[in-house]
Amino acid sequence: MAEARALAATGILGSGFAESSLAKGLEWDPHFIGADAGSTDLGPQHLGAGTTFFSKEAVKRDLRLMIKGGQYKKIPVLVGTAGGAGGDVHLEGMRRIIAEIAEEEGLHFRAAFIHSEQDKAFLKAQLRSGKIKPLKPAPPVDEQVIEKSERIVAMMGPEPFINALDAGAEVIITGRSSDTSIFAAVPLKMGLSPGPIWHAAKILECGAAVVEQRPHPDCMFAFIRDDHFVVRAPNPTLRCTPVSVAAHTLYENPDPYILIEPPGTLDTSEARYEPQDEVAVRVSGSKFIQADQYTVKLEGAERVGYQSIIIGAFRDPVILEQLDDYLDRIKQTIVNRVEEIYSGEVVHGEDYTVTFKVYGRDGVMGALEPVKEVLAHEICVIIEITAQDERLTNAIAVSASQIATHVSIPQWTGHITSIAYPYSPQVLQRGEVYRFNLNHILELDDPCEIFPMDIVDF
Amino acid sequence: MARLRDLAKLIRSKNAGPFLLTFDIMFENREVYEKVRDSGVINKEMISALYATAVDDVHLVNYDAAYAIKFTIPRPVFQGEIEDRDVFGGQQYGPLVDLNVPD
Repeated sequence: MAEARALAATGILGSGFAESSLAKGLEWDPHFIGADAGSTDLGPQHLGAGTTFFSKEAVKRDLRLMIKGGQYKKIPVLVGTAGGAGGDVHLEGMRRIIAEIAEEEGLHFRAAFIHSEQDKAFLKAQLRSGKIKPLKPAPPVDEQVIEKSERIVAMMGPEPFINALDAGAEVIITGRSSDTSIFAAVPLKMGLSPGPIWHAAKILECGAAVVEQRPHPDCMFAFIRDDHFVVRAPNPTLRCTPVSVAAHTLYENPDPYILIEPPGTLDTSEARYEPQDEVAVRVSGSKFIQADQYTVKLEGAERVGYQSIIIGAFRDPVILEQLDDYLDRIKQTIVNRVEEIYSGEVVHGEDYTVTFKVYGRDGVMGALEPVKEVLAHEICVIIEITAQDERLTNAIAVSASQIATHVSIPQWTGHITSIAYPYSPQVLQRGEVYRFNLNHILELDDPCEIFPMDIVDF
Repeated sequence: MARLRDLAKLIRSKNAGPFLLTFDIMFENREVYEKVRDSGVINKEMISALYATAVDDVHLVNYDAAYAIKFTIPRPVFQGEIEDRDVFGGQQYGPLVDLNVPD
């Protein structure tokens, strides 16, 4: 019976895996090795600024072992969402890492780099022709939103990976792709039925996260057949159970029975999870329903401005008793001082904002915090200054830190130092800050048309 | 009367993308799971009130295969916004932990 064997190196490239687990997985003759390298979970910063989450060294360590393993077994290595966010700049970074690995290891192979960053003029035209549709909830989109985006990527499905495999690529690195597409591509190309493939892919994309108790990031393996798949960790100390595998479709997914992918929807509502043995699980009954319309998700990031923060804390019970009022006074004093410095030309709410996060009260939940009574004997506050101009942001933050140091209260007579700063200097520059500005899908006629590929022979 | 923390093996929250927040309440076995599920204590109205979201926007699923109750809501503040306080959405389950479950 036809079987596709899939080895997931780790949950996210750069987080690591045991070398012995990869070696064990390779002994089971996988048809490919896969890993994703990014997520929106890391926040909008990497998409916006073009930075990467993990260090080059951490990514290189994982990738080197994967490529060596792939070359040794003559199987392809597939990596999605290069560099954390999948922009062209991230793809270029991966290209440099792979060039170094090829040279250092004396390896020669064909690599494919598949772009996912989108042209703004193209997206505006798609918006005009109604091909871009909002998911729920979605920020409003118009041509201006597209224009002011720092970077927009589209999340590719498995078809561009298959294209690269057809072109003879042994290492495939993509911009933004859905995590599951990395693991679905090879089994789909082999012609197996899509239900077990997409469900196995969802299990594999987080590496060893599917096991009962994961002490560290590690590899995962699936044996995919036409009517079921078996999931087993190469590391023999890691145990998959029917409940741990079933539970995995809960993770970071709005509905455990439904997973929406570019070509359709995985439906696990009739899936059965049975023990294959003590550490492996057999899953059957997963269905994949092809969509009438092929869609890819768009992700965009725009710059909110620059931000500098000040961390401080209060211990005086008299201050804590009037905290809200006290913070209002700090803010008002900052606003007044800025007005003075810039002769009224820099306006709060327009040119900059002063915001607080108050820990020990509602730091985690903000207005949603149901506990209203504050019992803490000390409170930490983060003062945030956000503005469009970097120099202005820091100038205001420095004034703010000085102002917050000495705000008097009527109960004390004389000059007090009213806040404890753990650091000197007090102002921490966060630099550019970004927001996600799209939660939309784009309709495509051809799953590969907007994902061009570069072939490089190393 | 027991608290949810005494009955669940795991209570967690997490982003489901930058625009949704999802919660999982998981139990060790079918018996405890069904007891909490059937108590109706985790319901759309309670979630709507606690997280200040419309009842119709609460997606609540009983997931028998994993002995889990799951709900998903629009993120109260989109991930990464200036007002966001929890980048991964990982600590928003706090108020659920001591929820009373009737016998």
